Amino acid sequence: MAKIIGGVTTSHIPAVGNAISDGLTQEHYWKRFFDGYQPVKDWLADKKPDVIIIVYNDHGLNFFLDKVPTFAIGCADEYQNADEGWGLKPTSPFAGDAEFSWHLAESLINQEFDMCTCQEMLVDHGFVNPMRVLFGDHEIWPIKTVPLVVNTVQHPLPSAERCYKLGQALKTAIESYPENLNVVIAGTGGMSHQLQGERAGIIDVDYDLATMESIINDPSWFYKQSNAEIIEKAGTEGIETIMWLVMRGALGGKVNCQHKHYHAPISNTGAGVLLLTGEED
Amino acid sequence: MVWKKHDYDDIPGTYVFDGERAHSSYALNKLFYSFNNVECRDEFNAAPAAYCDKFGLNEKQKKLVVEQQFLNILRAGTNIYYMAKFCIPRGVSVQDAGAAFQGISGDEFKAKLLKKRENLEQRLEREGGYWNG
Repeated sequence: MAKIIGGVTTSHIPAVGNAISDGLTQEHYWKRFFDGYQPVKDWLADKKPDVIIIVYNDHGLNFFLDKVPTFAIGCADEYQNADEGWGLKPTSPFAGDAEFSWHLAESLINQEFDMCTCQEMLVDHGFVNPMRVLFGDHEIWPIKTVPLVVNTVQHPLPSAERCYKLGQALKTAIESYPENLNVVIAGTGGMSHQLQGERAGIIDVDYDLATMESIINDPSWFYKQSNAEIIEKAGTEGIETIMWLVMRGALGGKVNCQHKHYHAPISNTGAGVLLLTGEED
Repeated sequence: MVWKKHDYDDIPGTYVFDGERAHSSYALNKLFYSFNNVECRDEFNAAPAAYCDKFGLNEKQKKLVVEQQFLNILRAGTNIYYMAKFCIPRGVSVQDAGAAFQGISGDEFKAKLLKKRENLEQRLEREGGYWNG
């Protein structure tokens, strides 16, 4: 049976990809941020999971605002990155696992999460940057992928609690797949940031750290907040952090925190990195 | 017909991209979305006003785009992620956009953000359990 061996959180902002492409990861501005990933990279290199489910939001590459699914899942054998309009060189394609994805979609829909299934899906920086920061750049990526898109762009968004419950359903879905796959889930985005409006530039370190503690030990503190309450603290783009709850819901009750890293600012953003494993680890 | 009020409407200095804004700025966002495609970028650059007409922008929206009034384009309800496809290749970052809302320079805006790093290591030390270099 497939098994969830861990959960990761990471920012996915464009500046992270730019810093990697421009060779800036050891420059003063970026060094502390990137160095804090090393234990997660070591863990991934050691455990060699078979599949990573990347929970992210699309920023106008695959989905335009004409059709905005609340939850969408890639169900293909391959996913392409592409030009997002500002000149980043697309990465090599990512392998999918169509059989696993379709099982997840079916199980989630049977559990009343009505996923949008995507047989073609361009993956944008929200997906690509977590892959690059966790695995480095590759012509052939060392792991299969499942893109899971949450609408955090055009309101109404799903609630934080709904994201947590999606994670719980995802656990059931993964653990009912007959093949022996080791699965990692990455909750991406956040933490506090707001890109526009007179309040642009907020980073609330206190709120970010409270959120990280909540994700580890008491997810209900975070998911009981309304989206308006989260936006008030974390900003209009900081609302992305609700996607971490999909990962956290999938890990189940108690977890072990193997690694905890916080840095601010990266570009406009507070950045949190967690590596969580099951209680028995 | 009325746009419903939301809890987030009262958050100061904050414009949530909801149905009301998405509806009014749809043509603008659609035009910027087309910039994912290099041929569309080239077509726009060759004849900006004609390209705006093709996407059905009204006269006010067209003026904002042709004159590259980035701040006012955002004030018109455009989503920042779509706006980024227009402003970043023209040397205006999302940080510059944020700064413009506050009437400060991009460098001043970045300096304000960097202040968040002050005493961060000590703060995390007190918190406990954080990787700290």
